[in-house]
Amino acid sequence: MRLSSSAEPSRRTGLVGWFDDRIGISGAIDFLRHKTVPGGAHAAWYYFGGVSLFLFGIQVATGLLLLFYYKPGTETSYRSVQFIVTRVPFGWLMRSLHAWSANLMVFAVFVHMFSVYFMKAYRPPRELTWLTGVALLALTLTFGFSGYLLPWNELAFFATKVGTDIVAIVPLVGPGAARLLRGGDDVSDATLTRFFGFHVAILPAAFTAMLLIHLLLVQRQGMSESIRTRDEPAEAVPFYPGFIVRDAILWLGVLAVLLALCTFSPWELGVQADPFAAAPAGIRPEWYFAFVSQSLKYLPPRILGIDGEVVGICAFLIGAGFLVLAPFLDRRAARGARSPVFTFIGVAIVIYMVTMVTLAYVKPY
Amino acid sequence: MRTGAEGTTGIDRRRLLDALLSGGFVAFLGAVLYPVLRYLTPPPAHEAAASSVTAARVGEVKPNSGKVFRFGSKPGLLVRLPSGEWRAFSAVCTHLQCTVQYRADLERIWCPCHNGHFDLTGKNVSGPPPKPLEAYEVIVKGDEIVVVRRA
Repeated sequence: MRLSSSAEPSRRTGLVGWFDDRIGISGAIDFLRHKTVPGGAHAAWYYFGGVSLFLFGIQVATGLLLLFYYKPGTETSYRSVQFIVTRVPFGWLMRSLHAWSANLMVFAVFVHMFSVYFMKAYRPPRELTWLTGVALLALTLTFGFSGYLLPWNELAFFATKVGTDIVAIVPLVGPGAARLLRGGDDVSDATLTRFFGFHVAILPAAFTAMLLIHLLLVQRQGMSESIRTRDEPAEAVPFYPGFIVRDAILWLGVLAVLLALCTFSPWELGVQADPFAAAPAGIRPEWYFAFVSQSLKYLPPRILGIDGEVVGICAFLIGAGFLVLAPFLDRRAARGARSPVFTFIGVAIVIYMVTMVTLAYVKPY
Repeated sequence: MRTGAEGTTGIDRRRLLDALLSGGFVAFLGAVLYPVLRYLTPPPAHEAAASSVTAARVGEVKPNSGKVFRFGSKPGLLVRLPSGEWRAFSAVCTHLQCTVQYRADLERIWCPCHNGHFDLTGKNVSGPPPKPLEAYEVIVKGDEIVVVRRA
């Protein structure tokens, strides 16, 4: 695509003109000037994708900084993180930023996903955007799971043991996948090396590629308007400066919240993992996995002759499958009609997750 | 700045807002960059520079040979002259910090990185090194060869 004719001198001046003469950026600038996004009552929800993106940026920046001092290995991981948070200037801040913004990012991604779900923005022609979004959610959770182990503390060790064991429960592929994840039969030095590789190389590459496709699709198709307001005259907000400036203000607000969390409640390091110590009482995974682990506590050992946790994990897999296939199952939304059944299912899922996470924190046993 | 005509207050207000916005942006950038630069600056290492170390045992180094040993966090070079006399130097080349070695065939200390030569008093005699090697004191305590940094 030619953005502007390079034969004619640019009508812009200064640095912008210099670049315009060479690579033709006028077209891009004009495009941004005229691009609009939908406004209206639900507009606030559109910002959570941007917040997720901003927090991902913070993850990349602080992650790169942590790599300057972090040393993977059962002998070195814990000490190097300890060194970062105690000896390196602002090391406590960088580590807390990484851990806290990871949590906020998972939260923002969940809010983004549910807002897209409830607005039925997954309906045709945006099924691909939805699928890449679900993939990004899965990658985000995998990021969280793999990063949690890296400080090699007690909580991380047992959370990874349980987490990889849950993978092993999945029928057919489970045991092989668990061995592949652990790099052996147990969570060990090999697991730490693998998780480090996943966390700093494989996942960032996969996430970035998926994110680019996701953003390209959003750009190509424009943002979805909710079904309810489609017949009313569409209210449009200019992307630049209106949307961008609001985005920037919100991002600054998020950064302020993040810094406050880091300052007043720095992320704990805990005690170094000991593979031959008993699991500590009150152990639980990160809150975003707590709805799974809490559910497993309530299941009886056998359900209809099948192991309880097998039934539980299969139920969650079916739930994930439903999420992936939502755009193809929701025929009413595809026709542009309201689909209260899907809204009801979504509300039920949210209530279930919030209840289980709350129970995991308030009444774990 | 344009003055006098109608509507200039609007322009002034815009300039003020622009200045506040760009000032705020620069302040924000500073607030981000300062911690990052401080973070990247390595904290001082705790390891104190050693002032004396046992470099070798007497039987370990034959006449007309040398041995690189650990002196604190840096390498040192212990040389036994053909006469049997002991010498010790910093093994860090004064040119570009390569680790030097003893060349029995030349009876000299030699740096392979850029072909620097030092004589057996540590003086730079050929090639690019600009300064002599720092010389240490050698004390033979029974079986042990102890190298001491000169005060």
